[in-house]
Amino acid sequence: MSDLMKVSSNPHIRSKVTTSSIMLAVVIALLPATGFGIYNFGLDALILILVTVASAVLTEYLYEKIMHKPVTIGDFSAVVTGLLLALNLPSTAPWWIGVIGGVFAILVVKMLFGGLGQNFMNPALGARCFLLISYTSIMCNFQTDTYTGATPLAALKAGENVNILDMVVGRTAGTIGETSMIAIVIGACFLILLGVIDLRIPGSYIVSFVIFITLFGGHGFDSAFISAHLAGGGLMLGAFFMATDYVTRPVTKKGQYVYGIFLGILTGIFRLFGPSAEGVSYAIIIGNLIVPLFEKVTLPKAFGRGGEKA
Amino acid sequence: MARLTFVGGIHPYDGKDLSKDKPIREVLPKGDLVYPLSQHIGAPATPIVKKGDRVLTGQKIAEAAGFVSAPIYATVSGTVKAIEPRRVVTGDNVMSIVIENDGLYEEVAWPEVKPFEELTREEKINLIKEAGIVGMGGAGFPTFIKLSPKEPEKIDYVIVNCAECEPYLTSDYRKMLEEPEKLISGLKVSLSLFENARGILAVEDNKPDCIELLKKLTKDETKITVKALKTKYPQGSERQLIYATTGRAINCDKLPADAGCVVNNVDTVIAIHNAVIEGRPLMHRIVTVTGDAIADPLNFKVRIGTNYHELVDEAGGFKEQPVKIISGGPMMGFGIFDLDVPTTKTSSALLCLTKDDVSEMEPSACINCGKCVEVCPGRVVPRKLADYAEHYDEEAFVKNNGMECCECGCCSFVCPAKRPLTQVIKSMRKMQLAKRKKK
Repeated sequence: MSDLMKVSSNPHIRSKVTTSSIMLAVVIALLPATGFGIYNFGLDALILILVTVASAVLTEYLYEKIMHKPVTIGDFSAVVTGLLLALNLPSTAPWWIGVIGGVFAILVVKMLFGGLGQNFMNPALGARCFLLISYTSIMCNFQTDTYTGATPLAALKAGENVNILDMVVGRTAGTIGETSMIAIVIGACFLILLGVIDLRIPGSYIVSFVIFITLFGGHGFDSAFISAHLAGGGLMLGAFFMATDYVTRPVTKKGQYVYGIFLGILTGIFRLFGPSAEGVSYAIIIGNLIVPLFEKVTLPKAFGRGGEKA
Repeated sequence: MARLTFVGGIHPYDGKDLSKDKPIREVLPKGDLVYPLSQHIGAPATPIVKKGDRVLTGQKIAEAAGFVSAPIYATVSGTVKAIEPRRVVTGDNVMSIVIENDGLYEEVAWPEVKPFEELTREEKINLIKEAGIVGMGGAGFPTFIKLSPKEPEKIDYVIVNCAECEPYLTSDYRKMLEEPEKLISGLKVSLSLFENARGILAVEDNKPDCIELLKKLTKDETKITVKALKTKYPQGSERQLIYATTGRAINCDKLPADAGCVVNNVDTVIAIHNAVIEGRPLMHRIVTVTGDAIADPLNFKVRIGTNYHELVDEAGGFKEQPVKIISGGPMMGFGIFDLDVPTTKTSSALLCLTKDDVSEMEPSACINCGKCVEVCPGRVVPRKLADYAEHYDEEAFVKNNGMECCECGCCSFVCPAKRPLTQVIKSMRKMQLAKRKKK
C-alpha cells in the first residue's frame, strides 16, 4: 500500500448540502414570484430582472478579479441578491436603476465589508433603501399600462376600499415580485420543506405584526383590514425571503423569535404612523443592525447548565 | 410516548448494512503482536516482562501504574521480542511490548473462580481492575473507577450503552445478538455493586431485533429494563444517553455519578462478565472491518495486539484502492496513514473508504445559516466558538461555553460551507484542558 492516505481530524463525512445548493434553492423558490411578476408587468419587468441580476454577478466577479481574491460567483449568492433586488423594483424603473442597485448591493453592502457572510445588512434591501432615498420618484412610480391606480397599501392608507382577492393573486400595482401573495407563499413552502428556512422568523414577524395593527390600527379585529395589510406590499416577500437571510438574522433560536417580533412591531409602526404606506424594507434593515445585540442576550444555555450561569 | 432522545443531532448515512448480518468470526493472529503500554486514559502501564521472556496466553505482561491505569495481558503465547516505541492509531509512537507469536496459543493455568454469591464488593471490583477492563467504546477510561464512586448507594441507574450510533459500526449489534446472556450477566454483576440501582439497556430503535431479544431475556428481571432510543447521532454520547434514558442533564464539569448514573458500553459489560464470572482478563474485542473499499466487510473477534494489516487481509483485502482509512467510526474515529498499527482495547472498527468528503470539499465563508446551532447536542453556538478559537480569543471561548463541546462532529458534518468547526474547537479545548492541568 504505497499510495498516500488522506488524514484529517474527525468527522470524516460531510452532508451533501452546500452553500451553492442552498442559494440555488432560494433562486428556485423565487421563481414563482418572478414568473408572476413578468406575467403581470410584461417585458419591462423581464429586462429589469436580467439587468439587475447580471450587474450583481458581474460586480462580484470584477471586484474579486481586481482584488485577486478567489471568484465566488459559483455559490449563487450574488444571483439571489440581484434577483431579490429586482423583485423589489417597480417595473417602470429604467434599466440603469437596476445597474446602480446591483453594483451598490454587491460592492458597497457586501464586498466592502468582507464578502459573503460578513455583510451586516441584507445587500438587496440596503440597495433598495439607497435607491428609494436617491431616486424617490422613480422608485415610487407604480403606474403601468395595466395599473393606473395607487398601490393597495397607499389606497388603504388613504381610506379607500381594496380588492383583497386581487391582492392575494397579485393583480395589483407594486414592485415586480411583491404583488402575488400566492406565488411568494408557494416559494416559501418549497424552502420550508427543504429545510432551508423555518417558520421561526416569518411566523413571529407576521403574528406580531397582526397583533400590532389589531391593537393600534384603529379598526380593531377587522379581517378585511388585516388581510389587506398581509397581502399588500412587501410583507410576505420580506418575511419569507429577506428577514430569513442567513447572514443578517440572529443565529440563536430565541434570538430569531425576538428578531421576528421586533420586525413585526417596527413594520406596524412604519405602516400605521409613518408618512409612507410601506415599511418592510426599513424595518428589516434596522433589525439587521440590532442582530448582534439579539444574539448576545439570547445565547443559549449549554446542555446541563439548566438555568444557572457557569 | 415520545421516543427517548435529546435535542439536536444528525442522521448521516449509516452504512451498517455492509456488515450487520455477518456473524462474528474469530481471527487468529499470524505476525507479531504489539501491546502499547498506553491504551487507556491515565498513566501508561509498567512492563513486567523483559526481552527474551516466554509468555503464555492470558499472562499479565504490564502492571497498572498508579490509580488511573490498567494492566495488560498477553493474548498469544510466544517470546517477548522487544519493548520499544511503536506507532499507534493516533500517529504517535508509544512504548509497546512486542511479542513474537509461536502459534501454539498455550494458555496460563487460569485461576480458580470463586462462586459469584461468595464474592464481596471489593473482590468484584478488584477482579474487574485486575482484568484490565477499560471503556471499550473509545474513551478507554478504567472501568473499576467508574464502578467505585464515592457514594455507591446514590447510584440509581446502571446504563448499558447499546446505542451504537456511529455510522458503519456493527460490533455491539453482533455482540447483543450473539452473546446476550453474557451482556445481561455482566449488567447483573454491575448492579450487584449498587444496592439502589436499576439497570437500563439503552438500544437505538434501528435495532428492533436486539430490543426484542433483550426484552425477552430480561422479562423476569425486575431490576432491568430495555429502553428503545430514537436513532440519531450522537445518541450514544454519555451525557446525551443519560438525558434520554433518565431525563437528567449534566454539564462538562460533572461526572455521570453526579446524576446517579454509571454508563458502560456493550463490550465493556461483557468483559465484566468474563472477568468476574469466568475469571478471564480482557484479551479480545470485536472489531468491524468495513467500508466500500473492503472486499468482504465483517465483524471479527480479535486478540488485542493484532496488526490492522491482518484484519484487512482476513476481510478479503481491498477491492478498490482506499483513499481514507479510519480507526473507529466516521464521526469520531482517527484518520490513519499507515495500516501497520495494532488493535487496542479501544479499537471498535477499521473503516476503509474510497472517497474522502473532507478533502473533496473546500471550506468557504460561513453564511451564518445556523445549522450548526440546530444540530449541536451541547447547545452551544459552534459558529461563534470556531471564530473565537481561530482568533485565539480564550476568554470569549470559555465564556460562550466552549468547554461544553463533546467533539461529536455534528457541526462539521452539517456545515454547508464545509468549515472544519469541530477541528478548531477541539484544538482550542485541548489547549484549555492542558492549561487547567498545569494549574
